[in-house]
Amino acid sequence: MTATVLSPVLRRIPGTWRRVLRLGALGAVGQAFISLSGMPVRLDVREIIVPILSLGYVAVLAVPLVLGILLGRRPEHEEFLENPPSRLDLLLGGTVGGLMGGGGLSILALLLANFDLRDPLINWSPQLLEFLSFGRGTAFGFAIWLVIGGGLGLAGGTLRLASSRTQRVIMTMVLTVVGAAILESLVVDLVEGVSLEALVEWMYAPRGGLTLVGTGVLAVVSGLLSFVGQGRIKNIQEKIQAMEGPRQTRVNLMLIAAVGMVLVIMPLLVGKLTNELLANIGLFVLLALGLNIVVGLAGILDLGYVAFFAVGSYSTAVLTAATSPRIAPEFPWFVALIIVIFIAILVGLFIGAPVIRMRGDYLAIVTLGFGEIIRLLFLSDWLSGWFGGSQGITAIDGVDVFGLLTVDGTNPRRVFYLVLFFCAIAIYISWRLERSRLGRAWMAVREDEPVAEAMGINTVNVKLMAFVVGAVLGSFGGAIFVAKVGSVFPTSFLILVSIIILVVVIFGGMGNIFGVIAGAVVLIGVLGGPKQPGLLVEFSEFKLLIYGALLVWMMLARPEGLIPSARRSRELHQEEFLQDAWLRGQIDTDDNCPDEGSGSPAGGV
Amino acid sequence: MASASMWVPRTKVDWFLTVLRVLALTVVTVGLLAFIAQQIDVDNPFARAVNPDATGLTGPQFRGLVISGFAQGAMYGLIALGYSMVYGVLGFINFAHGEVFMVGAMTGMITSNKLDDAGLWEANFIGSLLFIVAVSMLVCTLTAVIMERVAYRPLRKAPRLIPLITSIGISFFIQNTSVVLLGPTSKAYPDMPDWLTAKRTFLEIEGTKIMVICVAAVAMLGLWLLVERTKTGKAMRAVAEDQEIAGLMGVDVNRTIVKVFAVGGAMAGVAGILWGVLFRSVIHYTGFLPGIKAFSSAVVGGIGSLGGSMAGGLFIGLAESTGPLLILEPLGVSGVSQLRDAVAFAMLIGVLLLKPSGLFGERLSAEDRA
Repeated sequence: MTATVLSPVLRRIPGTWRRVLRLGALGAVGQAFISLSGMPVRLDVREIIVPILSLGYVAVLAVPLVLGILLGRRPEHEEFLENPPSRLDLLLGGTVGGLMGGGGLSILALLLANFDLRDPLINWSPQLLEFLSFGRGTAFGFAIWLVIGGGLGLAGGTLRLASSRTQRVIMTMVLTVVGAAILESLVVDLVEGVSLEALVEWMYAPRGGLTLVGTGVLAVVSGLLSFVGQGRIKNIQEKIQAMEGPRQTRVNLMLIAAVGMVLVIMPLLVGKLTNELLANIGLFVLLALGLNIVVGLAGILDLGYVAFFAVGSYSTAVLTAATSPRIAPEFPWFVALIIVIFIAILVGLFIGAPVIRMRGDYLAIVTLGFGEIIRLLFLSDWLSGWFGGSQGITAIDGVDVFGLLTVDGTNPRRVFYLVLFFCAIAIYISWRLERSRLGRAWMAVREDEPVAEAMGINTVNVKLMAFVVGAVLGSFGGAIFVAKVGSVFPTSFLILVSIIILVVVIFGGMGNIFGVIAGAVVLIGVLGGPKQPGLLVEFSEFKLLIYGALLVWMMLARPEGLIPSARRSRELHQEEFLQDAWLRGQIDTDDNCPDEGSGSPAGGV
Repeated sequence: MASASMWVPRTKVDWFLTVLRVLALTVVTVGLLAFIAQQIDVDNPFARAVNPDATGLTGPQFRGLVISGFAQGAMYGLIALGYSMVYGVLGFINFAHGEVFMVGAMTGMITSNKLDDAGLWEANFIGSLLFIVAVSMLVCTLTAVIMERVAYRPLRKAPRLIPLITSIGISFFIQNTSVVLLGPTSKAYPDMPDWLTAKRTFLEIEGTKIMVICVAAVAMLGLWLLVERTKTGKAMRAVAEDQEIAGLMGVDVNRTIVKVFAVGGAMAGVAGILWGVLFRSVIHYTGFLPGIKAFSSAVVGGIGSLGGSMAGGLFIGLAESTGPLLILEPLGVSGVSQLRDAVAFAMLIGVLLLKPSGLFGERLSAEDRA
């Protein structure tokens, strides 16, 4: 409504400035939102660089900086604009944008000082005001955020004006420092594992966070490395790509072997907590690989994937635990696993068959329904004689490996090796399937079902197979989960779990094994799983919010994910590919200037 | 291909589905028959054979269930309108619509508590109620419109599943926004006045439930007038039929789509207040289950049709409140009230299995049906 009133005014402002105002306003709102979500105050305890910067301030400082970087970018198709912005314009734009973003906090500080909205907004607190004003009064807080915002906006804009080489060096430096701070517990653990305590003491402050010296050295070293190494990595990559078939395979095999070695040796060097984290990541890699087959390869949006996880967990629990309420055969874990696979196949078929013919979106909702039904059944009094209802099944023994050792939650290192073993199986299965006849059939179904059917693919059977394979991998996850945690409760199988696995798959890159693994490592490692903490423990309150925002952002900006599968991304950007080809062909005719709107990152997905 | 071959199994999957359909129908029929038999005669041998412990329902109990079912169903119907209209026009499931409803319930909670603090809630209940409905409609409309602008408009041309995944992300985001801004605990509405909650002599129905049904009926009527009698409504129907042609005929497609979201949001806002009136407590995941059930209603009624959504809502509401006691209890399932939500999901699955185009037929443009 306001848009309609303002639009005649807005239309008078030139396009580039409209963009500045829009992004600036968005940034201001975003700043206020971040502050009121309690993120800055809650994250203030986590230090990044010891006396000067905490994660809480990073959360609010990032906005104006990003605004500056975004606004400092030269517009796409610049040559078609009537009067392209000059360098000064861009800098000014960045500054104004940053100023507006910071201004959001200034206004918030004023409001905080003068009104009390604590009743609905739980974070409307004096602590927030103190955080925003650095404890020096409201007026200072008001002014300082304008200065900081404008300054960071200007800095972001300036960064954009530098040569791409400088930009890359600076980005590497920033990323290294932030990365080192985030990965602190991991690095400390690893370095202490190879007994280099001195290094840690010098780099990190006693109560967490990088020291100033550590920051400086890291920045300089990474900057130098990036300056020197510029282009080398790319060269090596190209060289490998240029190699002939067998030699390339050999290099790839060597790489895989190297990564495998690291994964086998690393747990020996690190402590319990890190191993726990690694085991969690591995568990989600396993689940995500399973969902990747269903969603990524076959293109079936299964929102009830947690059902298979739940079935795997509960059937393992019933089959192995002595405490199982109704039947307790107390099978060894590996024997139980074989039965669990059969159960998973049956459940996959049972859930898959009714839904397989539905339209993709109906299928999504119905699988979500199945996921909930299964949890509600496990929870219900009706079946509590079998599955313990809300009490769940507890005191489940771990995995007994040939009577030699037991794998259970008390020893996360062993759990990690177990997870690693199953991940390797899952990766191998995914890799082989992707290149098999079945895998190609899945991709054909994903790309165009009627055409696939016309080509003689039995789409129903093929899609059912995807369901079944996904179900089996999901049930592996469940079986390991039981061995690790030693108990099952219905609350471990909320829809939330499905969604988080989906975010992992989408973030990493649907249909790409490496993408999915990377997605799990980054998201579960840093933010954490539904109940498992990640490296940024302080984020646990906000991680679901971030997962949601991430899912939306990925879909808008990069639906093919972090490490896209080549084929999948061609599918998603079909229109752009066609458009590009078209532009290249007839760019010099006069009447097809692309309008300025087509430059938006989300255009034509 | 759909309806004709549906009952004639050809492949293994068809056989399986047919068995499943027959099984589902048998369960429902046996349960219902056992219930009816028991109502006629408590010691009916058939009912005893099915479940020896069944107790049956008394008249007032049954009436209470039906009325709660209607009241909740009316609420689901209002939410379902949003799903149905968006699906009709854009052809995708706006999964986040349930969260718009939750935003409405939260807004109502905040406003009504503020009014209560000011003493206006008791002094002028009807006025306050109208006020919170208006505020909630406004906030929900804004939420829906912003959602469309930020997330869905850039994806207009994307494959159908992409906006669906986006909407799941938005749903997650809105839910957790509520957690971080308003806190993770459940929050209460102020007490309703006694004259409303008292059971009236006429059929012993609580005033709140009658009020909920009336408000829903008024909102529905307003929406129907808007869609069928105004130029805006005509534009909406035209865009739902065929976006491109509507555009060529001079309809501003973008603006019409925004209006569809706005209207759907407003209805969800009304429904949010009704939730508050009925249950008097709201928490961040309030939107999830009603959202799914409302979507089921939209499907049951035939997605894309407005009357169908309302009817579907009433159907789901009734089935959910009476189903467990009417069908599951006579079959000897214990703790049936816990399975209410499972019944609602089973209904959705059942409808999609038996008649995916809904009871009243869907109204979609040709390309969306594919």
